[in-house]
Amino acid sequence: MSDDAADGGGGADDASAENQPHRFDRLPATAEERDVPERATREGVVEFWHDRYGVDPSVWDGYTFWEKGAGKVWAFAGDLPSPVEVEAMGMTFLRTGGEHWKPTTDAVQRFGRHATADDTVIDLSRERAARFLAGEDQELDWDGDWGYLIVRHEYGGRPEPVGVGLFVHGELRSQVPKGRRREL
Amino acid sequence: MTDGIDDPEDVLGRYEGLVDDVEAFREACARPLPAVVRVNEIKATPDEVRAGFEEEGISYDTVDWHDGLLRLPDGDPGHSWAYVHGWVYGQEEVSAVPALVLDPEPGERVFDPCAAPGSKTTQLAALMNDTGLLVANDSNLGRLSALRSNAERCGVSNVVVTKSDARNFSLKPFSDDEEPFDRVLVDVPCSCEGTIRKNPDALADWTEDHVHGVAGVQKGILERAIEVTKPGGTVVYSTCTFAPEENEAVLDHALGNSACDLVEFDLPLESRPGVTQWQGESYDPAVERARRIYPHHNDTGGFFCAKLEVTA
Repeated sequence: MSDDAADGGGGADDASAENQPHRFDRLPATAEERDVPERATREGVVEFWHDRYGVDPSVWDGYTFWEKGAGKVWAFAGDLPSPVEVEAMGMTFLRTGGEHWKPTTDAVQRFGRHATADDTVIDLSRERAARFLAGEDQELDWDGDWGYLIVRHEYGGRPEPVGVGLFVHGELRSQVPKGRRREL
Repeated sequence: MTDGIDDPEDVLGRYEGLVDDVEAFREACARPLPAVVRVNEIKATPDEVRAGFEEEGISYDTVDWHDGLLRLPDGDPGHSWAYVHGWVYGQEEVSAVPALVLDPEPGERVFDPCAAPGSKTTQLAALMNDTGLLVANDSNLGRLSALRSNAERCGVSNVVVTKSDARNFSLKPFSDDEEPFDRVLVDVPCSCEGTIRKNPDALADWTEDHVHGVAGVQKGILERAIEVTKPGGTVVYSTCTFAPEENEAVLDHALGNSACDLVEFDLPLESRPGVTQWQGESYDPAVERARRIYPHHNDTGGFFCAKLEVTA
């Protein structure tokens, strides 16, 4: 099971009484429509990707967002009647449980190409990208934002996202899940 | 001639009456296949993958019948940036055939009842441009875990994963009015002789009892697949076995018991028609519209593929 996998309960999460860990519930459009406290909203998710990474809101046209397990948001390219009890839908997408929202590796690899911000998207050399992929933390001279960055490198003729890095105190900490790490 | 094949029963010998060149068939089955990857067009184009492989010093050969397949003479691509980025999926080239025959379109409702570990599921998602509804089902939790991991690496976002016996699959979770599917890819579990070139142990546990048992399961899965497809919709039935009991006999059963016709279709590979006679049994002549792909004709694995139209 990868660190990104959204099931398994997550012992530290204290799900509200209304959050059902075995099923998917569609996120409410806005806070006014929210009936589960603390649940993220569609509006909030779209704003997060726009404000932090410069992703145009139109990228999410046709997508619905779902929560299964407290704070674990999934993106699905379609719609179904909510709630729904299935093994998985779409992809694991965003963690909204903590103080800072955190995109998943899947989300960044799939949608990171739409990011246009220059203070939260960082391009590494091939050598540094390999160390990042291996799970290594590295010193980094970066004058952009602190927090969760989209980490890319040049591959196959374009900048391609590798995963999520946490930049703090001059250090880029690899957030690549253990099951996705590779020594290349 | 079949050195290296663990085949105490000489299973391949039972198909000699079906093939045009027994020696070439035998030799091809004994020859290993190169690793092949399919470009995952959700994330990259064939040009981008080729450029990436060249940057990494990974040699590749193109496949003349499909731009999105690359043969890798040096073997497994698992340790490459192309794999890490989900730009490629390791998939034997002949196994890319049934999803192409199903030919799903963006926005459709598509069902993959025997989906794990996900080579054809991820291919279907790419053909659908990652839109619409793709329901990927399997009965085994361990295999579903592999399916999920492969779908995630490929960036598939239009898939819904379910766990059930495909013979009893329920439409209930997918729409309030149990709307049927446009297309279904019935790639059933089978006795797998066609994979002998990838897996020399494929025939070690082969028994005729298993063939008959699995044929019963295949009939049940195909019957349910036809039931959950709308009239006019398409069902593709595929296996990686040469056994008529699991191929034409299953189609014959469906033609007699379900609302469907077999339709002609083109393949970019050399193939042979389905067989209408086998060990004293006769099948509906329409089973000739199915296609048999033998290892010695295109230097691939073996495969069977049929296209059905669901009738009212």
